[in-house]
This record gives sequence, C-alpha cells and structure tokens, in this order.
Amino acid sequence: MHAYANPLKFLSIARPLTPWLVLGGLALIVVGGWAGLTRTPPDYLQGETVRILYLHVPSAWLGMAGWLALAIAGIVQLAWRHPLAGIAARAIAVPGLVFCALCLVTGSIWGRPTWGTWWEWDGRMTSMLVLLFLYLGFIGLANASEERGSVSKVTAIYAIVGAINLPIINRSVVWWNSLHQGPSITARGSTIDGAILWPLWLTLTGFSLLFAGVVVMRMRAIIADIRADARMTRMASAGPAA
Amino acid sequence: MTTRLKPKHQRLVLAIFALVAVVAAGLLAASALKDEAAYFMTPAEFAASPTAVGKSARLGGMVEKGSIVSAPDGLGIAFIATDGKASVRVTYRGIVPDLFREGSGMVADGHADETGGFVATRILAKHDARYMPPQLGAMPGETPDEIARTIEDPAR
Repeated sequence: MHAYANPLKFLSIARPLTPWLVLGGLALIVVGGWAGLTRTPPDYLQGETVRILYLHVPSAWLGMAGWLALAIAGIVQLAWRHPLAGIAARAIAVPGLVFCALCLVTGSIWGRPTWGTWWEWDGRMTSMLVLLFLYLGFIGLANASEERGSVSKVTAIYAIVGAINLPIINRSVVWWNSLHQGPSITARGSTIDGAILWPLWLTLTGFSLLFAGVVVMRMRAIIADIRADARMTRMASAGPAA
Repeated sequence: MTTRLKPKHQRLVLAIFALVAVVAAGLLAASALKDEAAYFMTPAEFAASPTAVGKSARLGGMVEKGSIVSAPDGLGIAFIATDGKASVRVTYRGIVPDLFREGSGMVADGHADETGGFVATRILAKHDARYMPPQLGAMPGETPDEIARTIEDPAR
C-alpha cells in the first residue's frame, strides 16, 4: 500500500483545509468585488470600464499560475514518481482552463470600449489564446491516457513543454509592439493608483484561495474515485471464492 | 568506484535539462520572431522604410499634442503620430474610439500615401497601463499625463 501512504497523509490535511480555502476565498471575492464596484473611483480615461480589472487580473494570474503548477506537477511526477503529482495535475487543469477563458472574455469585453475592438492578433492576446488551447490539449491528453487517476508520462512531458508559453505571455508586451498595454504592476511599483488598486489585492487573494480550494476538492474526489475502484476490483476478485 | 546518481536524481536531472532546453528553444524562437510578431510599425520604422503606397500596414504611436485637426466637412481628422524619433501625418475618415486623444497612444490600420503620410482606414486607442481617479486626471493646470508621470515615478 505504498502508493496510498502519501494520499492518506494528504487527505488528513486536505479535509480540514477545504472549507477554509473555499469560504475564505469566497469572502475575499465578495468583499473585494463589492469594494471594486462601489468603493473605488472610476478611471480618469476609461471611466467605469476599469472595474473589470478586479476580475481580469486574477483570471490572467490564475490561468498562468495554473499552468506553472501543471509543469511543476509534471516534473515531480517524472522525477520522484510521486503518486499525488498526476492527481494534482488532473485537478488543476479544469479550473486553470476556466480562468484562462475568463481572462480572454473579460479582456475582450474591456477591449471593445477601450481600444475599439473585441479582438486583435497582438502578442499578448495570441499567446493567451495559445494557453487556452494548451489547456484543452492537456485535458484531452490526460483523459485519453488516464492511469489510475494519475496522468501518463506523455501528459506530464506535455505540461512541462507547454510551460514555454508562460514567459512568452509575460514578456509579449515588452518584446513586441502590442496593442495590450505593458505591465502595470512590476517589482518597481504599480502604475495603478492606490485608490483603484487596493480591492485588486482582495480579489487576487480571494480567487487564488478559491482556486486552491477547488483543486483540493477535485483531488479528494479523484482519490475517492481511485479507492472506490480499488475496492470494486478487490470485491470482484474475492467474489467467486466467498 | 564511480559515483552513480540514484535513478530518482537521474530523472530529475533529465527533466530539468529538458526544461532548460525547451525554454532556450522557445526564447530563441521568440527573439527570431521579434520583428515578425510586432503588432504595428513605429513612426521611426515607417519613416525609415515606408511601405509601398497602397500596401496594407499598421502604424502605432502617440498622438502629438495639439496636432488633431478636423476635416472641413467634419467627417474626418488628421493628426501627427510620433514616437519621439519620427513623426508621421495620419489622415482618417470615420469615428475614433472614446479613448483616442492627444498625448495618448493609438494604432492605425491603413496604408502609406504618396507624400509619406499615412491614410488610416481604422483607428484603435492604445491604453498606457496607468489607472487613476478622475480628480487626479483633471486637476487644473496640468494634463493627466504629467500628473500620471509624477505618480508613476515619484523619484523623477
């Protein structure tokens, strides 16, 4: 039962952690969303449109952080053969896809009144769309080659190779002329005024906690699935003898 | 006796090596794409090697302050697009986005004309990653950009 040793330890932490992550995340999202919609001033140029920031930025962050986590899970799976790595990857892929899609949709809704277009093939938008397709590919590959709740080696390699898109997304507005503005929040500070910025930290943390909560819940579901399968197999093999 | 890596570490080294190789390949490809993947030409690039007259091109730059002129019939505008190194005169007939204004960035689809100017068929506004309340944006005596710059970099 070596393979179960770690998942059991994981479950003993994951069970009590889940409500904190999910409820804490939702609370921060509600407070941050409320503050972002009512407590902050409109932007001097964009007006009220700026408020989509409180959803768009967390989506972009989680869409990319999700893939980074997939790549790390891939390395952990290939190098350490950790039984939880593949399970984690399967659990991360779908919420990662959702936030990546949210980022594209909210960006498009913001782009129409601000830039005057729903969609342009500039570096940032194109590389983010590529990330969406990478997620779709990962989910397809993971489902097609499922190995006892985990993912196949090829899928783990795919996740690692796909990580090449992350620096490209991040740098796309610096390397190439793009319609999308450059980075607003960098190590040197923020070009977003404090009066507009502060609820973003709330929604950013809130969505991150919710993301983690959803991932933990999905991991628990996958582990429960594996154990149910194992029990069925045991019962079936024991059946005729009993 | 030679020191051998444990299989676990062998796999880790292999995975990290593969990751580094992939990232390096990606960065090489991206830097090779530098010119191809640009979304628009800057005024300096356009002035240095103008595209053939009538050939589709995309020009991006700042709208020079005080350069916007309305056409006599009120249906078109002309302005100077600049990047600080070169300036290109752009003419356009149509409606511009709300955020198109002097001192801000814009991107124009169109083509070169015979005089070295640019005829736009579509104009997009470019946002500049600065976000602030309107009180700061509309303080008397100073333009939003000037105030923004002081907010952006207090040390300057």
